[in-house]
Amino acid sequence: MDKRIMLELRNVTKRFARVLANDAINITIAPGTIHAIVGENGAGKSTAMRIAYGFYTQDTGEVLVDGSPRSIRNPADAIALGIGMVHQHFMLVDTMTVSENIVLGAEPGSIMALDMASARERIRELSASFGLAIDPDARIEELSVGQQQRVELLKALYRKARLLILDEPTAVLTPQETEGLFAILRTMREQGKTVVIITHKLGEVLSISDEVTVMRDGRVIGTMETAKTSAAELARLMVGRDVLLSVDKTDAKAGAAVLAIRNLVVQRADGSHSVDGVNLEVRAGEIVGIAGVEGNGQTELMEALAGLTPASGAVTLNGQDIVSADARRRRELGIAHIPEDRHRRGLLLDFDLSENSILGVHHRKPAVGVGPFLDGKAIRKRARTIVADFDVRPDDVDLPARALSGGNQQKLVIGREFDLQPKLLLVAQPTRGVDIGAIEFIHRRLVSLRDSGCAILLVSSELEEVTALADRLVVIREGKIVGEADPRTASAAEIGLMMTGGQSAGASLSAAERSA
Amino acid sequence: MIMSWLRSVLFPLIAVIAAFVVGAIVVLLIGDDPIETYRLLIGSALSWPDGIGYTLFYATPLIFTGLAVAVAFRCGLLNIGAEGQLYVAAFATAWVGITFANLPQILLVPLACFAAVAAGAIWGGIPGVLKARFGAHEVINTIMLNFIAVALTSYFTQYYYKAEGDPIMQTRVIGQNAHIPRMGSFVPGLPWRIPLNVAFILAILACVLVYLFLWKTRWGYEIRATGANPAAAEYGGIRTGRQIVLAMAVSGGLAGMVAIGDVLGYRFRYYDGFSVGYGFTGIAVALLGRNHPAGVFLAALLFGALIRGGLFVDIFSDNVSKDLVLVLQAVVILFVAAEALFRGPFGRFGLLKRSKV
Repeated sequence: MDKRIMLELRNVTKRFARVLANDAINITIAPGTIHAIVGENGAGKSTAMRIAYGFYTQDTGEVLVDGSPRSIRNPADAIALGIGMVHQHFMLVDTMTVSENIVLGAEPGSIMALDMASARERIRELSASFGLAIDPDARIEELSVGQQQRVELLKALYRKARLLILDEPTAVLTPQETEGLFAILRTMREQGKTVVIITHKLGEVLSISDEVTVMRDGRVIGTMETAKTSAAELARLMVGRDVLLSVDKTDAKAGAAVLAIRNLVVQRADGSHSVDGVNLEVRAGEIVGIAGVEGNGQTELMEALAGLTPASGAVTLNGQDIVSADARRRRELGIAHIPEDRHRRGLLLDFDLSENSILGVHHRKPAVGVGPFLDGKAIRKRARTIVADFDVRPDDVDLPARALSGGNQQKLVIGREFDLQPKLLLVAQPTRGVDIGAIEFIHRRLVSLRDSGCAILLVSSELEEVTALADRLVVIREGKIVGEADPRTASAAEIGLMMTGGQSAGASLSAAERSA
Repeated sequence: MIMSWLRSVLFPLIAVIAAFVVGAIVVLLIGDDPIETYRLLIGSALSWPDGIGYTLFYATPLIFTGLAVAVAFRCGLLNIGAEGQLYVAAFATAWVGITFANLPQILLVPLACFAAVAAGAIWGGIPGVLKARFGAHEVINTIMLNFIAVALTSYFTQYYYKAEGDPIMQTRVIGQNAHIPRMGSFVPGLPWRIPLNVAFILAILACVLVYLFLWKTRWGYEIRATGANPAAAEYGGIRTGRQIVLAMAVSGGLAGMVAIGDVLGYRFRYYDGFSVGYGFTGIAVALLGRNHPAGVFLAALLFGALIRGGLFVDIFSDNVSKDLVLVLQAVVILFVAAEALFRGPFGRFGLLKRSKV
């Protein structure tokens, strides 16, 4: 490996108010390599790279580019030094073309005459040489998420970036798109570019990177060659203890059908169908997983089942028709719901933990005492039980929910919903934005709830999570169930094909219909 | 814990002090002595018994309207219509006092009070229903209903309830049995001539009840949840539309209680244009009081004191007029509103920044 250094952070410290985001960290990135930076949420990996890109300025320490100290005060400085960054949320103008977006801020030609022809030519060349396959004249809004990400890559390459920083680039991609991105990144490495990829998915680290730096609590725990480490070791370094990466569960002992859905349809405002005739059954004591690319009707399906979105068709819970029941009625019948977006749906961020712990059951005992009055004592007692039982930290029930980290907020929501002792649990993205340690905990609790006889319907955009947890797995695409797979045997590629509409989807369609 | 206490108590206090500093500069520019002016302002507002008596008298309607705005705000609604609600309520109260003048006091006073609350609640509930059913914005509708309320009450006063030959736009007087007692009749040392009446006690009671309602009952929980995050409230099985109507009705009812003090305890009739913007000042009171009953109470006292003191500044200072009070009020509001400058991503003071990595 090359001994020269492309980028170095030397003793960099950055503090936000009371939080030490980076504590005297040292990271060196060798040129022509793919370097992964891993760590849990809040470990400081994004902060470190944003310092390198000039979004933040370090409090103390140095940033060295090509071996010499540089002052990078803003992204323009970083770009001038050959550093580019692709953010998690793309910064593209939807209604403009690819080439217009790429030249934005770096327009070729004189002030008066924009030389788009030469720009287009260069974009075409870049696209071809890195295998990006992007049409410079396509409008952004016509492109898929994966293609938009490649436009962002092109934008950096057009500005002559030698080092590309990618912040959680695979969070929005399907398995196939992820493979495509990795192929592109390998091409870049072959052509001498350096890539830094920030992620928390260990499988990706092992498959793409040459070196990996692990961060925890604002400190660099270590940097190692990827070939000489393992997922288990990385997870242990990230969390600070041994972590069980696979879900430990026995085969489901499924009982009678709890939830039966027949021909469920949810309409969008324009009359089209976001959920388009779904048939599905969930039995007691089993977890049914729904895999799919985000935005294919999963959200609407779950909201319809929770009584938050009007739907037509038939939905029965233990044989009782509930299609027209409202959210409160459904809760009373034994449906609990862990929503995909805890900030939007699941929590009242400005309310304290004990007030959050009664959302949904605030209208009856034990939350309500005499007459219309809330029983503060009983509420706090129950909140303390939930907080202790689900290891919510800090365990102060008077704190506003906003003060908790994402993982602890999620544990609070899960604890509250589990406390209903539901017959059916609707759970969407149970571990989104949650650290590895909490993921393990949440998975374990879901499996033990299943073992106690609860029927669970699970939606997750993490294919690994669905296959690890589900006893049965169905694939949703464009609002329809397009296939069913056995999570123990099906490969990610097979399921991915169904998610995106490959050929094998047709074959398994009949299987889904048989089971429905 | 300490931070939230700082936010809720210290900032309004800083805003008030800053307003007085700015006010002092204004007084200097006008060419008067700021210290002398403030001595006059504060002295006249806090003297016993006249200063305090009148300060509390002026504060009473502001407590009601401040509470009204605060309750709506806790449900995520901006009630600009407290003015209209209190006009409708005052007319309804006077109507009861005139029409049922012969009822015994023990029946007539509660009936008139009920009319005040009910009329206000209905007038406030209308924009609530419009919002819940049709999504019509409550700000527009409460403003529009203000105009309708003022015009309607004027019309009925002019053509149906004015005493014959009376050149003033006011109704006939209400029956003796509808009167509520002045505080002077039972508070030692407080002369009867000061119009402070038992509506003030009602206002304190309203503060306590609003606190209990919002924070200690399931209804209040549902209203606050709807205001804090409607999507999460819905998820928790709360019918947000109902909460909007309920909050607006409670808000209107509170605004309507202004009528009790004014009609039953002060003028004993409906007087057209009696409100000097109580409904609108209530917005400022709620803002300064951080939409909390205790804060509303204190803010209303401050505003009441400013009104009382402003009159004396107007009379006894050389150049400064009572408009100084309006300047002070406006600057207080500006500073309270500008608290956003101390927070959020553009916060200048590190200690207030929410830690975010």
